Amino acid sequence: MFAFIVSRVLQALPVMLTVALLSFAMFAYVGDPVAIMLGQDYTEAQRTQLISDLGLDQPFFVQFFKFVVNAAQGEFGLSYRLSRPVADLIAERAPATLELALCAAALALAIGVPMGVYTGLYRNSWLSRFFLTFSLIGVSLPTFLIGILLILTFSVWLGWLPSFGRGDTIRWGWWSTGLATWSGLKALILPAITLGLFQLTLIMRLVRAEMLEVLRTDYIKFARARGLTNRAVHFGHALKNTLVPVITITGLQLGAIIAFAIVTETVFQWPGMGLLFIQSVGAADIPVMSAYLLLIALMFVTINLIVDLLYYAVDPRLRIGGGKGGH
Amino acid sequence: MSDIKPILEVRNLRVEFPTRRGLLVALDDVSFSIAPGEVLGVVGESGAGKSMTGAAIIGLLEPPGRIAGGQILLEGRRIDNLPYQDLRRIRGREIGAIFQDPLTTLNPLYTVGAQLIETMVTHLPLNPAQARAKAIEWLELVGIPAAAQRIDSYPHEFSGGMRQRVVIALALCAEPKLIVADEPTTALDVSIQAQVIALLKRLAREKGTAMMLVTHDMGVIAETADRVAVMYAGRIVEIGAVRNVVKHAAHPYSSGLMGSIPPVSRRLDRMQQIDGAMPRLSAIPKGCPYNPRCPKVFDRCMVERPELMPAEGNLAACWLYADGAPAAEAKHHG
Repeated sequence: MFAFIVSRVLQALPVMLTVALLSFAMFAYVGDPVAIMLGQDYTEAQRTQLISDLGLDQPFFVQFFKFVVNAAQGEFGLSYRLSRPVADLIAERAPATLELALCAAALALAIGVPMGVYTGLYRNSWLSRFFLTFSLIGVSLPTFLIGILLILTFSVWLGWLPSFGRGDTIRWGWWSTGLATWSGLKALILPAITLGLFQLTLIMRLVRAEMLEVLRTDYIKFARARGLTNRAVHFGHALKNTLVPVITITGLQLGAIIAFAIVTETVFQWPGMGLLFIQSVGAADIPVMSAYLLLIALMFVTINLIVDLLYYAVDPRLRIGGGKGGH
Repeated sequence: MSDIKPILEVRNLRVEFPTRRGLLVALDDVSFSIAPGEVLGVVGESGAGKSMTGAAIIGLLEPPGRIAGGQILLEGRRIDNLPYQDLRRIRGREIGAIFQDPLTTLNPLYTVGAQLIETMVTHLPLNPAQARAKAIEWLELVGIPAAAQRIDSYPHEFSGGMRQRVVIALALCAEPKLIVADEPTTALDVSIQAQVIALLKRLAREKGTAMMLVTHDMGVIAETADRVAVMYAGRIVEIGAVRNVVKHAAHPYSSGLMGSIPPVSRRLDRMQQIDGAMPRLSAIPKGCPYNPRCPKVFDRCMVERPELMPAEGNLAACWLYADGAPAAEAKHHG
């Protein structure tokens, strides 16, 4: 088990280095940081001074090495746009995005899995047909449209929920949370639905397809022939066998939710990383962009590790070296 | 035999599949009974309706298949029209089932012990600790070595033959009165087949369990069964004591089937075979369904469907044994 984790972490290193190389290359090839930082009026002496301050006169590999060492310590330099350390900016914004993404994912799982099981078991009931039609809408409507429609309904017409922002937040150490206040929770509802709706329908359709597949297998037939209760057959035997693909997709989608919450954050003016990123792209704020790229890569690598560990917990056949005897 | 109350009685069973192209009749007028402790073999080609009969008895026909007529009685009680929940309590508890492929009939995510315990706790008044002790006993009984340790192993940690032993333990663990075994040895190595058959036979005898043994392997039937039913195109064409059917098959189809068992004692240049193929369910011929392939066909076979009638000490659905058949040469086949 421990060896498994270590080997996975070692496998992740080349991935992270490759992404680091890409995000470092942005400094060299996208725009000229010196020109951006100096502005309109400068002397040649100031320019040379800045170049040597920034270490840009050093060889490529030395620069890259320094970048990696700094990045590993959470040092990404100053934002061009805001002239503040990038690490601070991200630390301020990350809790908002993570809370939003995790709530959206939890919503998608908590509603999507039961709906998938139901539509898989009762294929022909009118409720299943309704869910399927509804899921088609969820898959095909663009995120921004859903967000705007929700705002129109619940903020403008009904006036029940706020249309933008995060509400009041409470700080726990460096983490700021909106989950502990009433206005924070109210502000979270619409963005979480907007972000989670597509994932919800995706998970529902996936669970449904897997359930239909699993219900046809011999071991389900045999479980019925053994006279087990429907509950045991459906939830004990069938659902557990659908979990491996569901975990895979949910893991990948969670990464995608975090990385691409941009649209939702923009629609709701949610003060998260996505909004920071889109503003940084507009200003060619390369330190922020490269840090964001690395952070997202790290997030995907971590999620993949967790997914692998969950496989390990769910499916005994994947436990390497766990078997004795055998065929 | 007739004075003992049968465990299972199937009367005029008819199974239909409504399809877009019309109604398919998968089983038609199937009747037989199984006495306590008796082993009834059911043979036939693929698609003859052997497995379908088993599925109908345990109430697990694949939709849209449904029982359209007839009755199934378990110890004199009708079970074919029971609501799903009542039938569930019978499955496993009173009728056990064994399926063909042990590699796919066990849930890969649960240990064999968990599956045994789950089955026993569902049907018997046992707490999990008692069920676990019983589960170890069962694994020993079906010949799993070091059962006390192996109980916590997953199915993929067993070989095919061992897995079929686990399946047998699962089918028997709630001590049902009847076992429906659908091709229990077909997926196994030949060397393992004999062991598994011997185990099934021994356990059935010890526990007094009746068995319906579905197979296309006449060798298995000859070795295991007391009586045999030969099926063709969804009907029973001959039924009788195994010994007699093997030696004096009455129906031309059964005698063809027996003739295609290669003898061990002499070399054959060519295996015996029955020409043609079984008709599809959508194109069963008028009259006797075997008429296109039958070497002894005559006019009556083309128009009228034969019912089971006494023939050579068995019951056979063949006009050769009715009054007015072209008798003389008819009785000297096989």
